[in-house]
Amino acid sequence: MPFWSGSRGPVMMTAVGVRGSAAIVGLGITEMGKVYGKSATGFAADAIALALADAGLTKADVDGLLIHSNASTEMNPMLQMSLGFTDLTLINAMSAFGSTSGGMIHYAAAAIEAGQAEVVVLVYADAPLKPAGSAGASYARPRGATGMGGLYGTYGLFGANHGYAMAARRHMELFGTTSEQFGAIAVAQREWALMNDKAQMRTPLTLEEHQDSRWICEPLHLYDCCLVSNGAVAFVLTSPERARSLRQPPVYVLGVGQCAPGDSGRADRDPAIHTGATASGRQAMGTAGVTLADVDVLELYDCYTYTVLVTLEDYGFCGKGEGGAFVEDGKLRPGGSLPCNTGGGQLSSFYMWGFTPLSEAVLQARGTAGERQVPKHDVVLVSGNGGILNYHSTVVLSPCEPS
Amino acid sequence: MTDFSVGERPIPEPDEASRPFFDATLRGELLLQHCGACGRWMWPAKVRCIECLADGLEWTPASGRATLYSYTLVHQLVHPGFKDEMPYNLALVDLEEGVRTHSSIVGVAADELRVGMPLSVVFVPASEHIAIPMFEPG
Repeated sequence: MPFWSGSRGPVMMTAVGVRGSAAIVGLGITEMGKVYGKSATGFAADAIALALADAGLTKADVDGLLIHSNASTEMNPMLQMSLGFTDLTLINAMSAFGSTSGGMIHYAAAAIEAGQAEVVVLVYADAPLKPAGSAGASYARPRGATGMGGLYGTYGLFGANHGYAMAARRHMELFGTTSEQFGAIAVAQREWALMNDKAQMRTPLTLEEHQDSRWICEPLHLYDCCLVSNGAVAFVLTSPERARSLRQPPVYVLGVGQCAPGDSGRADRDPAIHTGATASGRQAMGTAGVTLADVDVLELYDCYTYTVLVTLEDYGFCGKGEGGAFVEDGKLRPGGSLPCNTGGGQLSSFYMWGFTPLSEAVLQARGTAGERQVPKHDVVLVSGNGGILNYHSTVVLSPCEPS
Repeated sequence: MTDFSVGERPIPEPDEASRPFFDATLRGELLLQHCGACGRWMWPAKVRCIECLADGLEWTPASGRATLYSYTLVHQLVHPGFKDEMPYNLALVDLEEGVRTHSSIVGVAADELRVGMPLSVVFVPASEHIAIPMFEPG
């Protein structure tokens, strides 16, 4: 019998597994958005304190600390000293850009299974927004001008918007995908955000407003692009045995996958269209022993609307090139057949890289997402993506203990 | 040839690794690194072959022919050197030699850009030391 009520297919152990070897037992989410006067370290401390309290654990229980290296220079191993963690047996600052979240879960689960650490804290924190600056300028920086790398500046390549815009443009020209179809993703996520009191965007968004919003990089409108946020998210992971005695219903890590295609500069590949999600998703779902039909809730990395669309295709929810038609009927919305980014995602709630989808996945898997709770939440599929579609990770979570 | 000017856009300063490339731009020649061991072409400059890790990459003349992989019209002003040409195009082009690189497309209206269109390299003078390889239709 399957351990949850879904229609589980044959178990395919296609990857070295972490299946059920760890559980997420604590979650901390700080205030998000235009919150000033606090450093990344300050937000990290807040999120970790919230996550430990949520789990019913204390700082003294922690023997592992994994730090999400991001755009903040404070997110390095020295954070241990700033926060006063002692005698850790697992410490690292990790980076695979926006896919780091999945790698952190993977490392924590493997370390817990191996006995390297028992209580592992994962943290993401950043404070890029300044009271006087524009959000758009927070991550876009002119590059250095020496050598061939200096040509990027001459061509006008600054930040990530351009690369995702070119990926979206190629999809549109190859398959006839439309801006309105990207808009359907933004509109659906805004509907979810209206039910999330942590969300930065709390007013309804229509497709017309999406279409009328200013261009950032054509074909991406403003509302195709994620937010910028000050804040932090932290998780606490431990063994399933210890998880059973803690405060929250455990959320089990059933499977993890990663794929970094490394396509840059090779004209014989098509990285805008075929991403690492295909191989990463296959690994994670194979380890978890689930199929697409088992997935109840999707939390997909959404730096841009296009990222959601191409990830749906590469995970196999629809065929290549069919993503536009797949999303335009509203199936990702509240009440739709495939609830996706149920807290509003990075487009409408807050931008903590892969910790945004992962945090919402934990709430949904626990069944504590309140007004926006999806009724059936036995299998939650979570993605991470970064480096202009060149890094991908996948995590499968479940409240059901693996048999 | 194009009458496009780089205007106030930022331009690179050649360093030791890139000097053969930039010197060739003044002669109207597109040089790419080529691996004698496996035949892979590379751009921008690599330290070893990205295919077989062989050392000793050779700067070798390339055809200058390409197709348009994709493009965007950028409306976000990050560097003030672009302020008089907003929105400007930024492209990824596939060189005949199997290399994909960023570039600018010149000599074409924005609404005439198409994925897959054939392109040829042009060199836009930028200083007494370098010209900037860009691409035009044809």
